[in-house]
Amino acid sequence: MIENLELLIDVCLLTFLLLIVFAAIKTTNLFVATMLFGIFSFVTALLFLDLDAVDVAFTEAAVGAGFTTVLMLSALRLTGAFENVKHRHSVLGLFIVVLTGAALIYGVADFPNMGDANAPVHLHIAPEYIQLTQEKIDIPNVVTAVLASFRGYDTFGETVVIFSAGAAVLLLLGMGHAEPKHEPEQNLVLWVVVKPFIALILIFGLYVQFHGDFGAGGGFQAGVIFASGFILYSLVFGESYARQVVPASILPRFAALGVIIYGLTGLVSLLSDKTFLDYNALSSNPVSGQHLGILLVEAGVGLAVFSTVLLIFYSFSGVNHNE
Amino acid sequence: MNELLGHVNYWIVIFLMMMGLYMVIASSNLIKKLIGISVFQASVFILYITFGKITEGSPPIITDNTDVYSNPLPHVLILTAIVVGVATTSVGLALIVRIQEAYGSLDEDDIHDINDNDDFDIKSRSIT
Repeated sequence: MIENLELLIDVCLLTFLLLIVFAAIKTTNLFVATMLFGIFSFVTALLFLDLDAVDVAFTEAAVGAGFTTVLMLSALRLTGAFENVKHRHSVLGLFIVVLTGAALIYGVADFPNMGDANAPVHLHIAPEYIQLTQEKIDIPNVVTAVLASFRGYDTFGETVVIFSAGAAVLLLLGMGHAEPKHEPEQNLVLWVVVKPFIALILIFGLYVQFHGDFGAGGGFQAGVIFASGFILYSLVFGESYARQVVPASILPRFAALGVIIYGLTGLVSLLSDKTFLDYNALSSNPVSGQHLGILLVEAGVGLAVFSTVLLIFYSFSGVNHNE
Repeated sequence: MNELLGHVNYWIVIFLMMMGLYMVIASSNLIKKLIGISVFQASVFILYITFGKITEGSPPIITDNTDVYSNPLPHVLILTAIVVGVATTSVGLALIVRIQEAYGSLDEDDIHDINDNDDFDIKSRSIT
């Protein structure tokens, strides 16, 4: 019964997604397309929740639905491209798309059924990760254990990619500066409602950061949630105030510091004759070594993601160049 | 019947993917192209998470009352991919903002026309 219900929800949400994307293709208004994409992200997050991927759903809700929408709206403000765009019908494009789609449909015919416990993907390494997490790392959230410990190399790479993306945006747009005269309309209701909200968002961010070992969450989600607290402050109270609380100039340093914390944790293991990012070197007790290693690495990720996200927001929302 | 229901996720994901691809091909506006790429990317995420699902499984957080967990590995890959995805999308948006500053348009056809015009000097238009 329950699995039928899961499948029903799954198919309903996927149908929603199809309708949303269809509407996004049809619309000629960029503002509408952006908002539709925000809704698309939210529905995707629900779908991930239905498919048991709680950590992924969390990330999609914070990143996709929250930050990406704000970012796209900021970009629209900079380009001033709210007006209608012309839609061109491409017969050749449609032909290519249908052909590729047909080839892919043919390709998935061999795939095992969804939810099949004996599918090849479930037989190779996932059972070992689940078992080793209980034996060697002793934290409940397997996703955090794989992310920060078993596959620490990958995550280090991803953190460096995020840092590089922040650097690229900084090179392209600069840090900008807040326009002193331009302050949002003073709206008493917004002020009163938002003030306690910001405190709650920041506390929630910290909870997600440090509770990631036990439940859904971790450095990636916490970094984005923490940054969104400051983004909300900036949107409601004006960017010049937000830049007084967290100056843009320290953010690149924080982002670099996050990557360095991650890298140094790995180097400590190297210096004690273990392999890079082998947390057993961090403590005489291997399990507490793993706990300490995951805590440090997640802190590095959280700091790097928070700084990069806020820096990207400042770059897009600030006054740049000689506009 | 089982075969049909077991593959419906894959089919819808491919539909989504192709709609994203069509957006990239058919719209001449750069921001809409970027939204198309993001839709394509999100459908790949859904495909991976679908692989990880086990019927009657529970989320991969160890508890005493279950022993079937969905596969955590796709979750890890996609979790980081989402954050990296937004970082790369922001680089794309930054490039679009600079293109708008240099060309005064976000329409691919307009940009091609301006480039074909010999009088146009990109260096004089770009802002330092």
